[in-house]
Amino acid sequence: MSIMSYNGAAIIAMCGKECVAIASDLRFGINQQQTTAVDMKKIYKIHDHLYVGLSGLATDQATLAQRFKFRHNMYELRESRKMRPETFANLVSTMLYEKRFGPYYAEPIVAGLDATNGYKPFITGMDLIGAMAPTDNFVVCGNNEESLFGVCESMYKPDLEPEELFEVIAQCILAGVNRDCLSGWGGVVHVISKDKVITRTLKGRMD
Amino acid sequence: MALLASGNVSAAYIPDRDERGGFNFDNVARNEMMSQNGLKFKAAMKTGTTITGVCFKGGVVLGADTRSTNGETVADKNCEKIHYIAPNIYCCGAGTAADTEAVTGMIASALELHRLATKRKSRVVTALTMLKSHLFKYQGHVGAALVLGGVDINGPHLFSVHPHGSSDSLPFATMGSGSLAAMAVFEADFKEDMTEEEAKEIVARSIRAGIFNDLGSGSNVDLCVITADKVDYLRNYECPNERTYVRSKGYDFPPGTTVLNRRNFMTATAATLPVNQIVDIIDGAPEDVASGDAMQTD
Repeated sequence: MSIMSYNGAAIIAMCGKECVAIASDLRFGINQQQTTAVDMKKIYKIHDHLYVGLSGLATDQATLAQRFKFRHNMYELRESRKMRPETFANLVSTMLYEKRFGPYYAEPIVAGLDATNGYKPFITGMDLIGAMAPTDNFVVCGNNEESLFGVCESMYKPDLEPEELFEVIAQCILAGVNRDCLSGWGGVVHVISKDKVITRTLKGRMD
Repeated sequence: MALLASGNVSAAYIPDRDERGGFNFDNVARNEMMSQNGLKFKAAMKTGTTITGVCFKGGVVLGADTRSTNGETVADKNCEKIHYIAPNIYCCGAGTAADTEAVTGMIASALELHRLATKRKSRVVTALTMLKSHLFKYQGHVGAALVLGGVDINGPHLFSVHPHGSSDSLPFATMGSGSLAAMAVFEADFKEDMTEEEAKEIVARSIRAGIFNDLGSGSNVDLCVITADKVDYLRNYECPNERTYVRSKGYDFPPGTTVLNRRNFMTATAATLPVNQIVDIIDGAPEDVASGDAMQTD
């Protein structure tokens, strides 16, 4: 079995009109056998307009989330400003590439709005050693990427308003985990726009 | 506290552990332990790729497809494989995606400093030597296969670089999984001293050969034309693979379609998992999504 599917995860990020959304499932399992928790946070807030989702090995998700937050806090103290999403994505990429020959088993998705550039949406996916893939539509990661890609390819539309984007990403995460044993148990969605963040937990199958 | 050799009284700058360069092997022993316990390693993203380049009269043309793959899955349909090295030098990358990006980025920044120190335009051989010595040092473990091209004081240059650090200086070069398909085009139709338009045409055709005949390559054609006095980065020069299966109206989900979970979690993590709320962001205020202030329950 692969290390990346030891705990299970499904994460999606999407760009809308002056907003971005990031969603994850909530299962935390061990070894494909048991579900240990059904409310596991896989999306971490870096600041009001910047979130990072982490899939893969849960211990590395936790370590990385702490190290990202630490590095952002240090940046904020030194520079008296918050990181732009692109800057943060480059930080994440170099932190992962530093461990090129002994990697963390986690794949991040960065989603945020660039406050210095008219709150322009920015999302990017990455592999476990930090190869960035920024896009202007959607990115997915998790152990069942194929089904997540499938639903997003058919249901995503560009330039959606926050409430419309919420419905699309919520349907995508729920449909995407429907054929995935390792993720599910509902989901959580954050829709980030200039002056508000919509956070909702979704009802999903519990098996 | 250490003093600078010049006798300057300010302390020598010692960077934080996190700021120093180089690879870090902290996780190797742990990962080895996990693999001995029967867990398989995950492969990094590879770019099954077609990259090519050709010299013409007065310059070089570089070309690349835009597909990035992760196993049999297309991870990115429109990625950039022609990387900036210097204002007069660009480099196409194939192989492990993170390695091609990191190695070209490192050489680009080293050359920028070199230019500031020497006040001269970078030479393509300088970039080549830096790239190949890095790759040779890592004995092929840094999996980058490159096509490096540029125009400097000595005229146009084109090199291909292999992951172990060997290189060739050629009038035309191909790399990646689609290199055979692309090379067939050059072997059939290459001429010396082509015009810029002829060179663009043959490079675009060689990339198309990769896109349509190699499964690891696909999507669009990117070109980069470098001459003595200008650089044309032609992103998505050709898009021969537009989507054909878009549902004209798309799918509609009216507000309220998704069923929300209205139960509050009673576990210890309840405080960290906000349930169905809209949080207003007040610019600059240090409020926390999870803290419960300034939030409104949906």
